[in-house]
Amino acid sequence: MTDSALRFRQSDGAGDGASPRVEPPIECLDTEQVAPALRPRALAEGNAPLALAVYGLLGAALGLVFTQAQVISWFRIYEMFRFESFHMYGIIGSAVATAALSIWVIKKLGLTTVHGEPIQLSAKAWGGSRVPGARYWMGGVTFGLGWALLGACPGPLVALLGGGVSVMLAALVAALAGTWTYASLRDHLPH
Amino acid sequence: MSPLPWYVAGPLIGLVVPALLLFGGKAFGLSANLRHACAALPVSNRAKPGFLRYDWRTAGLWNLVFAAGIAVGGFLGIRVFSDPSAAMGLSADTVAALADLGVTDLTGFVPAQLISWGALATPGGALMVLGGGFLVGFGARWAGGCTSGHAISGLADLQLPSLVAVAGFFVGGLAVTHFVLPLLLG
Repeated sequence: MTDSALRFRQSDGAGDGASPRVEPPIECLDTEQVAPALRPRALAEGNAPLALAVYGLLGAALGLVFTQAQVISWFRIYEMFRFESFHMYGIIGSAVATAALSIWVIKKLGLTTVHGEPIQLSAKAWGGSRVPGARYWMGGVTFGLGWALLGACPGPLVALLGGGVSVMLAALVAALAGTWTYASLRDHLPH
Repeated sequence: MSPLPWYVAGPLIGLVVPALLLFGGKAFGLSANLRHACAALPVSNRAKPGFLRYDWRTAGLWNLVFAAGIAVGGFLGIRVFSDPSAAMGLSADTVAALADLGVTDLTGFVPAQLISWGALATPGGALMVLGGGFLVGFGARWAGGCTSGHAISGLADLQLPSLVAVAGFFVGGLAVTHFVLPLLLG
């Protein structure tokens, strides 16, 4: 029963028909990692006006930190890829360490969300491709090429746009075109 | 102008991960917004690829609002709390390497000689802004995440696929910085 329901959901999306392996429903493959059982509630609560205000404030704080730490600077990204400063590595490293420690504490203490739901991160799937992990390294390299050319990834792109670097509007439209193209070619790409 | 030190900025960025988890069970990741924005475009469902046919409001509205917040933070950071004429405080080696590429205007957050509306008319500028943007949008979805989703959330959760993705980010970035840019601008 559950199994057939899951299969139905898989075939419902643009899943890769080649692999019969059980993969999370297509919408979970990306960054929405909330455990499937918790999704309905998390989705409903997440759209309440007060919750949205909190997400907006968190985003504003993050955008401000991005700017003041110069993470949004094309020059800093260039410098990072030339290994000529520790700055970006220190930021990424200490961000990962802080986040990892936080996740460890959350798991260790069994903390819940403010709504009382258990917090679970679902594992990222390797996918059923003949080339193991193809989406991660092929997609990763593709992203890296764009990251160094533009000097901005999706977060900083938005921060620059907000700060009036209006040419980032062209970059954003190009990024949306890239996403749409990916969506169109998805079934033909190794994952 | 010296930046906010890494040991202050990094932990503050890292704390966004538990904040989103504790508040709504949400995973930190920004590039999913590119998908949500495409899904939200006023186009009939039949014209959309299957990957973009889903209820973006319930799945992604929180994340789009989060991104809008980043834009507000960017406005405050750039327009209110930054001196636009101040230099970045880059290392001397980087400044020299940039000069070799002909990049001498180091003011602001992006090199106006390469990334600006005017530079879009040049092949190099078009490749950097439009090509770079396209590859970011294509690659982030293919890899299932970007710097926030993989390099921060994924690594912090000790996910091996994220480590592979981050290695890929660096392979691509190093290739552009050391081979493509010198060819393009040198």
